[in-house]
Amino acid sequence: MWKFTVRRILIMIPQIFLLSILIFLMAQAMPGDALSGLIDPNLDPKEIAKMREKLGLNDEWYAQYIDWIKGAIQGDLGESFRFKMPVSELIEQRLINTFWLSVVTLIITYLIAIPLGITSGRFNDTWADRIITGYTYIGFATPVFIFALVMLWIFGFHYGWFPTTGSVKPGLEPGTFDYIVSKIYHMLLPAISLALITTVNTVQYLRSEIIDTKQRDFIITARAKGAPESRVYNRHILRNSLLPIAAFFGFEITGLIGGTIFVEQIFGYPGMGQLFYESILLRDYSVVTSVVLLFGIASILGALISDVILSLVDPRIRIK
Amino acid sequence: MDMNNSNVDISDEKLEASKSPTGWSIIWREILRDKVALISLIFLVLVVLFVYGISLILNQEEIVTVDLFAIHEPPSEEFLLGTDYGGRDIFGQLIIGTRNSLSIGILVTLMTGLIGIIYGLVAGYFGGTVDNIMMRILDFFLILPFLMVVIVFVAIVPKYSIISFSLIMTAFLWMGIARLIRSKALQEKELDYAQASKTLGSSNLKIMFTQVLPNLSSLIIVTMTLNLAANIGLESGLSFLGFGFPESTPSLGTLVSYATNPQTLESRWWIWLPASILILVLMLSINNVGQALKRATDARQRRG
Repeated sequence: MWKFTVRRILIMIPQIFLLSILIFLMAQAMPGDALSGLIDPNLDPKEIAKMREKLGLNDEWYAQYIDWIKGAIQGDLGESFRFKMPVSELIEQRLINTFWLSVVTLIITYLIAIPLGITSGRFNDTWADRIITGYTYIGFATPVFIFALVMLWIFGFHYGWFPTTGSVKPGLEPGTFDYIVSKIYHMLLPAISLALITTVNTVQYLRSEIIDTKQRDFIITARAKGAPESRVYNRHILRNSLLPIAAFFGFEITGLIGGTIFVEQIFGYPGMGQLFYESILLRDYSVVTSVVLLFGIASILGALISDVILSLVDPRIRIK
Repeated sequence: MDMNNSNVDISDEKLEASKSPTGWSIIWREILRDKVALISLIFLVLVVLFVYGISLILNQEEIVTVDLFAIHEPPSEEFLLGTDYGGRDIFGQLIIGTRNSLSIGILVTLMTGLIGIIYGLVAGYFGGTVDNIMMRILDFFLILPFLMVVIVFVAIVPKYSIISFSLIMTAFLWMGIARLIRSKALQEKELDYAQASKTLGSSNLKIMFTQVLPNLSSLIIVTMTLNLAANIGLESGLSFLGFGFPESTPSLGTLVSYATNPQTLESRWWIWLPASILILVLMLSINNVGQALKRATDARQRRG
């Protein structure tokens, strides 16, 4: 177990290294540099040249890379050109917003996936299964952004049940009960829209996993011993079918990243996805590189979590 | 042994009948059995014929020209589906958009397929260290946050065009099919026919591309069909965010993106709803056909 985990973590190091090089090269290809965030237009060009020299912007690219990565490790991600403030400060609040949005989405995803998957796997080829399979079929083909737009149109504008923009009602004191309620209220519609689409894969997977397990020898043995049907399902089948689902947890994080860009943009939710979108439109590139770096690392960690859970669940992976 | 003896006196006619059906006839039979897939296929063929046919007559320049006297017109006789904020005809944009989205979807699917097949075959066929290194590279591409990286590249590429857009998409989308082909090629190269061919002195290239590859063709067709649906979704998503086609070449996603204006979303449904429905129906249809193909290639799931 430990051997596998350590080896898996070691694989991560070159991945993060490659990611940082890729992002650094992307940053180099973008117009402007670390200085454009600080520049005062009234400054004399000679002064600017001096500052460039001081900041090491005339060095070789690898020296600049080392400087950049040193700063990033210490939490210094540069200055935002648009907000004239350190990127790390700018990101903090957005990161918290996106984090909670993802948590709520994940909770709803599993709240939908587990009962639907179990029903459709246990009673396969009944009308209930057919309805659920039909839903997964359509959900699989629906792009998140279209579904989110339709949800906003119907429940945000037409019925007015949910707020159509923002992450909290203005004028509320942070930390109060009303503030938290308002935050959750604002998160609900984006999270439901995203979850209803992303959950589809998990439902399909759980269904086929249960149908597979149902025909195994140990289930026939359990039935032959006279175990009641509820015990067969709750103790024998679910235990075997739910574990692989748990292992997909890490990959869900990677999937959410793509979804948040759309959903935050559509619902006007001030999170990392929206920050990324606005920054790239306004060419605020130090923010862009920081967001991509953070999300890239989040994906790498997600894959790590999934692999470690998988190795716990399925020992064959460890031996290989 | 018994089987061999009895085979000897089977007449030619019987032999013909007991021959296993060819790949295409299995696929055709499966689609005929599955009414939903059949309807989807007919729908797709009609859409393709209609869209490519009409756009030969339609003048793209004329449709994307701004007409300030016809801003936000609701559907009428003159404009079947009304007009957008620039007074441009939605119906015409819908047709051109569908054509553009389909074209780029097909182009990206073919390019990712080509790269993925070659990459997967090489990794799977040679195995060992080659496979190990190639798979680590693939893993790296797989963990990149796709949407963000593509958007950044679209934003920084100078002289941005449709070709560079499809190249950028391809660069970060070939991994799925490569991984699939690789795992199949790993199994396939251990089989007797590949080993025998090797013993006879066939070159690796010949075994890979003329002997192993044809045995993976059904898998490739299924995967590429399903990828086509996914790629159309991705393209329209990127166009929706404004990082796909430029506005002068409308895509289905461009039309949907007008809905980011709350007023358009709330009260001018004719601008964004038809395009949304069309994306959805196109993706559903392609998926339906893909699923039927998938069943046809897997004897256990076949209906026919």
